[in-house]
This record gives sequence, structure tokens and C-alpha cells, in this order.
Amino acid sequence: MRSRSRVAIVGAIMVVAGAALVTADVRAAAPTPRVQIHEFTFAPAALTVGVGTTVTWVNGDEEPHTVTSRGGLFASPGLDHAEVFSRRFTTAGTYEYFCALHPRMTGTVIVR
Amino acid sequence: MDRIDRRGFLECMAWAGTGLLWTAAGGVLSSRMISPAGAAEANAAPGTFSFVQISDTHVGFKGQANGDAAATLRQVVDRINALPTAPAFVLHTGDQTHAQKAGAFDTVAEILKGVKAERVFYVPGEHDVFLDGGQEYFSRYGRGTVGGRGWQSFDYKGTHFVGLVNVLKYKGEGVGALGDEQIEWLEKDVAPLSASTPVVIFAHVPLWAVYPPWGWTTEDAARALGYLERFGSVTVLNGHIHQVLRKVEGNVTFHTAMSTAFPQPAPGAAPAPGPLKIPEGEARRMIGVTDVTYVPGQHPLAVVDSALG
Repeated sequence: MRSRSRVAIVGAIMVVAGAALVTADVRAAAPTPRVQIHEFTFAPAALTVGVGTTVTWVNGDEEPHTVTSRGGLFASPGLDHAEVFSRRFTTAGTYEYFCALHPRMTGTVIVR
Repeated sequence: MDRIDRRGFLECMAWAGTGLLWTAAGGVLSSRMISPAGAAEANAAPGTFSFVQISDTHVGFKGQANGDAAATLRQVVDRINALPTAPAFVLHTGDQTHAQKAGAFDTVAEILKGVKAERVFYVPGEHDVFLDGGQEYFSRYGRGTVGGRGWQSFDYKGTHFVGLVNVLKYKGEGVGALGDEQIEWLEKDVAPLSASTPVVIFAHVPLWAVYPPWGWTTEDAARALGYLERFGSVTVLNGHIHQVLRKVEGNVTFHTAMSTAFPQPAPGAAPAPGPLKIPEGEARRMIGVTDVTYVPGQHPLAVVDSALG
């Protein structure tokens, strides 16, 4: 009973270690987090990423939209259908943005 | 058919983008179908003139409803040039460009050089100014406007025309806004006019609450319109919503024009107000041009919306 528990614990540790390794590998190879623009909505509306992450927005609407920072830190041009905009976030903080053509469309990127 | 029934019938036709003639006498509308005979009859009265409103040309747009917005604008110019009576001028009620695409202002200017009218008056749409705060727009069209800021008035054969800018604050609040300075200017601008002067106001975003959840309204329009209450005939021509809608309030007739590029959904009829995704042939019946005729004396204003398809 005791030895079986030990095996189980060791096994669990190995699994956790393996998972950590796998996670690290996936993170290195993962595509940049994406925000989809659809029906005049940013999805997800709030996105949390690590410092140094590049976020990409994709416009799925036929109407052009922009990704415009409230603080004036960044602003995309008008994005047509299927066009993308990317920005790398190098400083921790909360970044609110909106669409300059449809200002009721809003979103947030939280960088930790 | 009595007037009310006919009006109701024609309102339905307007929704389908069919050509239609509105006549306003002292702010009360009556209507009849367009016919060449009717147009000739209207234009026979001395002092009569007509002008054309085009709107939302969105040059640079490419979507299911229209693969080439410049081509449909050229068709609209051909349509204007084929009118039985040449318009005195053209009013462009904004969104010349689709999201300020590079070169789009040049394309619109080049196409509109071909229109047989003395000149074209412009007011901006939010698509024309959102990227650079209007820098390019005002460098091209600010000349001759108040302080180079796009708003202006002029008189033509006894009718007073006022072009207003209501898209500069759009970026902040998502609805049209005129701002205190422009409204105060309007008050002074119309103060010397007699109440019998017909007034035409043109601006991009509707000056009435068409559908606020989609930003289809101008937040301070009521204040501006307050200065126009004493006039017997006020016509407000707007664009922005890519469809013909009409409302009469007292002596004020509100009218929105079709786009020359693509139609948008009826207010609230879709999750969002993006371009309708319909075949081009179908869309042609929902885009077009507005022809307006004034017949002095009775102050009638005839507004004719005609679709391309």
C-alpha cells in the first residue's frame, strides 16, 4: 500500500514535470494570441498575456475596424476584411482600446 | 387614391429603393411616382432649380454587395448626367472614402470631375476623418468653409443651404455631434433670414435619432434645429445609414440617402450595422442617388431617390 502510494507520487511528479516541459515547448511554438473582430465585437473582449507577447487582431467583418489605444499608445489603420494588426506588449499594465470608426467597440489587453 | 394612402404606399416603395418623388409644401409632404412628365412639369415653373445629393461613396470598399465602389460611383455620375435637367450643384454628404484608403480621395475627385454640375459641395463622414483627425479632408475641402473647418452656408435662388460637420467627435462617443461652436455659428448664420426662406441642411450622420444603439443619431442636433423652428420649410439631408428613411416633424423634413456603394441593414434588423452581404444584383436596387427639385412660390421640395438597379 505504502510502496504503491510512493510509485503514484513519483509518477505524479513525473507527469507534472512532463506537463511543465510540454507547456514550455507549446508556449515557445504557439501562435500569437488572437483577438477576433466579428459583428462589431472584439473577442475575447479582455485578453491576459505575459510581458513580451505579441497580440494579433483579425477583422472578420466586411466593415473596416481599427484597434486604437485609449492612451494613444498604438493605433492600427483601418483594417479591411481579413486584415490583421499586431502589437508586442513589452510593459506590464492594462491596455484599453477601441475602434475609432465604431467607438462603442472596446477591448482590453492585460499584460502581466 | 387619396394623398395619405399614396404617401403610405410610396413610403414602402422607398424602402425597396424605388424611384420616388416627394413634394413638400410649407413643410407638408405629398408624393407621387416619378415620371419624365412630372419632372418636366416641376421644372417648368420659373426660378425652379434642382440639385443632387450623393452619399457614402466609400471608394475602396470591396465586399459581397459591391466589388468595385468606384465603378458604381461612375454609374451614378452617368445617371446624374442623364437627368432631363442638369442639377445646379451636387451635395456629397460624406464617407467619400472607405476608411481613408490611400488614393481614395483622388479617385473620388477624379470621378466627380465628370459630373455635369457647376460644383460639388462636401461635408465629411467619419470614414474621411477618423485616421488623421481630418487633416487630409480639410486640406482638400476646407477652403471656403468657416475657419477651414468644413462647415459652410450659401444661398442659391432664394434657398439657404447649410453644410454641417458632425463626425469629428465621433471617435470619442460613437454618435454624431456638432459641438457648441458650430451650433452658435448656425444661430448667427440663420438669424438674418426671413422665416419664409426655405432652408436645406446637409450633414453626414442623421440629425435625428434614427437608431442610437448603432450610433445613428447626432447628440446635440435638437439644439441646432431649435434655431430653425421659425422657418416654414426646412429640409435635412443626411447619409451614413445607407438607406432611404424619412421623417417629418413640424416644418422639418428629414431624409437620408442611399449609398452609392453598398446597403446597410434596416435599424436593428441585424446584430451589427455592417454592409449587407447580398449578391451585387440585389444590392444595385439598394444603392443610388437623390435628386432634389425646388419650385419657388409654394416652397415645394421634391426629393427623388433612384436606385442603380
